[in-house]
Amino acid sequence: MITVYHYLILSAIIFSIGTFGVLTRKNAIVIFMCIELMLNSVNLTFIALSRHLQNMDGQIFVFFIMTVAAAEAAVGLALMIAFYRNRESIDSDDFNMLKW
Amino acid sequence: MYDYLWLIPFFPLVGFVINGLLGKKIRNEAIIGGIATLMIFLSFLVACGNFFTLLKDSEKVHQQVIASWMSIGNLQIDWGFLLDPLSALMIMVVTGVGTLIHLYSIGYMHGETGFYRFFAYLNLFCFSMLMLVLGNNALVMFVGWEGVGLCSYLLIGYYFDKKSAGDAAKKAFVVNRIGDFGFICGLLTLFWALGSKGVWTVNFVEIAENAHLLESGGVVVTVVTLAFFLGATGKSAQIPLFTWLPDAMEGPTPVSALIHAATMVTAGVYMIGRLNGLFAMAPDTMMTIAIVGAATALFAASIGLAQNDIKRVLAYSTVSQLGYMFMAMGVGAFSAGIFHLMTHAFFKACLFLGSGSVIHGMHHAYHKAHLHDDPQDMRNMGGLRKKMPITFITFLVSTIAISGLPFFSGFFSKDEILWWAFAGERGHWMLWLVGAIAAGMTAFYMFRLVFMTFFGEQKTDPRAKDHIPESGLTITLPLMVLGTLAAIGGFWGVPHVLGGIFGHMPNYLENFLAPVFEHTQVLNGIEIKPEMAHSKALEFGMMGVSVGIALVGILGAWFMYIKNPELPGRFVASFTGLWRAVYNKWYIDELYDAVFVNNCKRIGTFLWKGFDVRIVDGIVNGTAWVVKGVGSGLRYTQSGFLHNYAMAMVVGVVVIVGYYIFG
Repeated sequence: MITVYHYLILSAIIFSIGTFGVLTRKNAIVIFMCIELMLNSVNLTFIALSRHLQNMDGQIFVFFIMTVAAAEAAVGLALMIAFYRNRESIDSDDFNMLKW
Repeated sequence: MYDYLWLIPFFPLVGFVINGLLGKKIRNEAIIGGIATLMIFLSFLVACGNFFTLLKDSEKVHQQVIASWMSIGNLQIDWGFLLDPLSALMIMVVTGVGTLIHLYSIGYMHGETGFYRFFAYLNLFCFSMLMLVLGNNALVMFVGWEGVGLCSYLLIGYYFDKKSAGDAAKKAFVVNRIGDFGFICGLLTLFWALGSKGVWTVNFVEIAENAHLLESGGVVVTVVTLAFFLGATGKSAQIPLFTWLPDAMEGPTPVSALIHAATMVTAGVYMIGRLNGLFAMAPDTMMTIAIVGAATALFAASIGLAQNDIKRVLAYSTVSQLGYMFMAMGVGAFSAGIFHLMTHAFFKACLFLGSGSVIHGMHHAYHKAHLHDDPQDMRNMGGLRKKMPITFITFLVSTIAISGLPFFSGFFSKDEILWWAFAGERGHWMLWLVGAIAAGMTAFYMFRLVFMTFFGEQKTDPRAKDHIPESGLTITLPLMVLGTLAAIGGFWGVPHVLGGIFGHMPNYLENFLAPVFEHTQVLNGIEIKPEMAHSKALEFGMMGVSVGIALVGILGAWFMYIKNPELPGRFVASFTGLWRAVYNKWYIDELYDAVFVNNCKRIGTFLWKGFDVRIVDGIVNGTAWVVKGVGSGLRYTQSGFLHNYAMAMVVGVVVIVGYYIFG
C-alpha cells in the first residue's frame, strides 16, 4: 500500500537532488533543469496532500506552478541564449560581471 | 460706485501682467508705456468716482469684501477694501501722481534697455501701494507693505549692472526689513492683546471700535504702537532707519519721484493715521514719534545743506519733510500730517521730476559732446533757466511751496503742523523751535539748489553747454500739472484763522477727514491748548515768524550763491571740520557700519567658518565617511559567484525552517 508518506519521501528526495544539482553543477542548463526538478517535487507534494486531505486547493496551486514554470523556462532559455551570444559560454562561473 | 472699489488696484495688476509677460515681445515703447499709463489712469478715474461719491455721501466708511482669505475659528480674514476719507484721499494722490509719473516716464526712459521691465515694476508698485492703502485689515495692508518694499528694491536696482545700484537696492531692502519686523511684532501683539479681551480681529474698523478694551496709556498699547512706529521708521526713512533713502537715488528719477518721495515713503504716516485710535491712547509713543520726527526734520535738513548731487539734496529734503509729517502725527495733528503728505506729494514729485528733466537735458548734452561728466552734479549746472523755461518755472513754484512762502501749498500745511506743535495739548515749544529751524534750512538748501542749477553762470563744460534742450511734452506736461497743484493745492486746507481772508473759506480737508480723526481727538483730549485756541494774534504771529525764517533762509541762499559766489568756498575753508562732517552726512553710514554692519558680518563669518564649516559640514561628511567605511568592509561578501549566492539561500532556508521545526 502506497501511503502519502511515500509520496512525501519521494518528493523530499527529488527536491534534495535538485538542490544538490543547483549548488554543484556549473552548466547553466543543468542548473536550470535542477530547478525544474525542485519545482516538480513541490508539485508532487501538493498533489499528494491534496488527495490525502480531500481538498482541491493543492491541485489549483499545481496548475499555477506549472504555468509559472513554463513562463520561467521560456524567459530563462532566452536569457541563456542572450548570455551565450555575449560570452560564448553558459558556465555559471562566467556570470560574474556584477561583482566588485 | 463703491462696488467698483476693487478695480482700483486691479487695473495696475493687469498692466503688470501684460507688460511683465509680453513686454519683451511687444518692444514698441509707445505701446508698453501706453498700456501702463492707461491702466493707472483707469484706476485714477475709478478713484475719482469713488472719491466724489464719498464726498457727497453722509455714510463715510465703506467696506468691500471680494474673497475670503482665511477662516480660523472665530477669526475671519478677507481680501477686503476699506474706503473712508483717509484712504480716499490717499488713492487720489497715489493714482493721480502715479498717472503723471507714468506719463513722464515714457519720455524719460526712452531708449533704455528693459523699458518694459521698468513699466511692469511701476505698475506692480502701484498695485501694491493701492493694496496697502485700501486694505481693510492689517494683513492686506501688510501684503501691500511688503509689495511696495519689493518694488522699491527692484526699481532702485533697475540699473543692476551698476554695483552701486545693486548695493543701494540691497541696503534699502535690508533696512526696510528691520522696520517690517517691527510691523509684524506690533500686529501680533495687538492681535494677542485684543484676542485676550475676546475680540479676535485684524480688521481696521473693528480694531478702532474695540481699542477702548485696552488700557489707555498702558504698557500693552505703548508696546504695540512703538512696534508699529518702528515699522513706520523703516518704510518712511526716519531716524534711525533713514540711511537707505538717500542711497535709493540710484534708481531712475521717476522712481525717486513716485516711490521715494510721493507715495511709498508716506506709508508709515498713513499707517499711523489708519491706527490713530491706538496711537492716541499711548501718549509716550506719541511723544517719541514727535521727537523722532522733529529730530529727523532737523538732522536731514542739515545734511541737505552741503550736498552737491541734485537728487541727494532732494532725498534729504524728503527725509526732512517726512520728519514734519511724523511730528504732526506725534502731536496729534493727524489731519495736518495727512495734509502735508498730500502737498508734499505734489511739490516733491514736481521737484524730483524737474530734477529728472534737468538730468535728462544734461545727460543729453554730455552724450552729444561725448563727455562723461556727472549729469547730476549741481556744480556742473547753472544758468539753465533760459535753456529749460518750463522746467525752471515749475521747479521754482515747487521750491517756493516747500519753503513755505504764503500762499503756496507748503505754507498752509507746514504752518498748521508748526501751530499744532507749538499750541497743541501734546505739543511743546521746543518741537516748534526745531521745526522752525528746519524750515529755515529747507528754504536755504532748496533755494541754494535753484540758484546753483538755474541761475548764475553756466558752469557746464563748454563743449556740452549748447546742447542742453528743454524736455519733451511727456515730461513737461506732468511738471506743469504738478507745479499747478503745488501752487494751489494748499487752498483745500486753509486754517480757520486765515479763512476770513478768503471769504470765510472753510478748512475743507479737515472737515473731510474729521470722520476718521475727530472721534480720537475728542476721546483723548487732543486739541489746541484752550488758552491759545482763540488767540488770533498768536497764530498770526507764529505764521509771521515761520515765513520770516523761510525768508531769511532764502536771502541767505541768495547772498551766498548769487551775490557773493565766492562766499561758500571761504565758508568751507574756515569751518573745514564742520563742513566735512555735514558733507559726509555726519558719518552716520560709517557709524552704522562700525556698530551694526561689521559686527553682523563678524557674527556671520563666525557662523560660516566656525559653525557651518566645522559642525554642520562635519556632521554631514562624518555620516558619509562612516557609511563608506562600513560599505567597503561589507563588499567582500559579494563574491559574484552564482553558487555562493545559491548556497547562502539554501543555508538561510535551512536555518529558518530548522528554527521553526526545532526551536
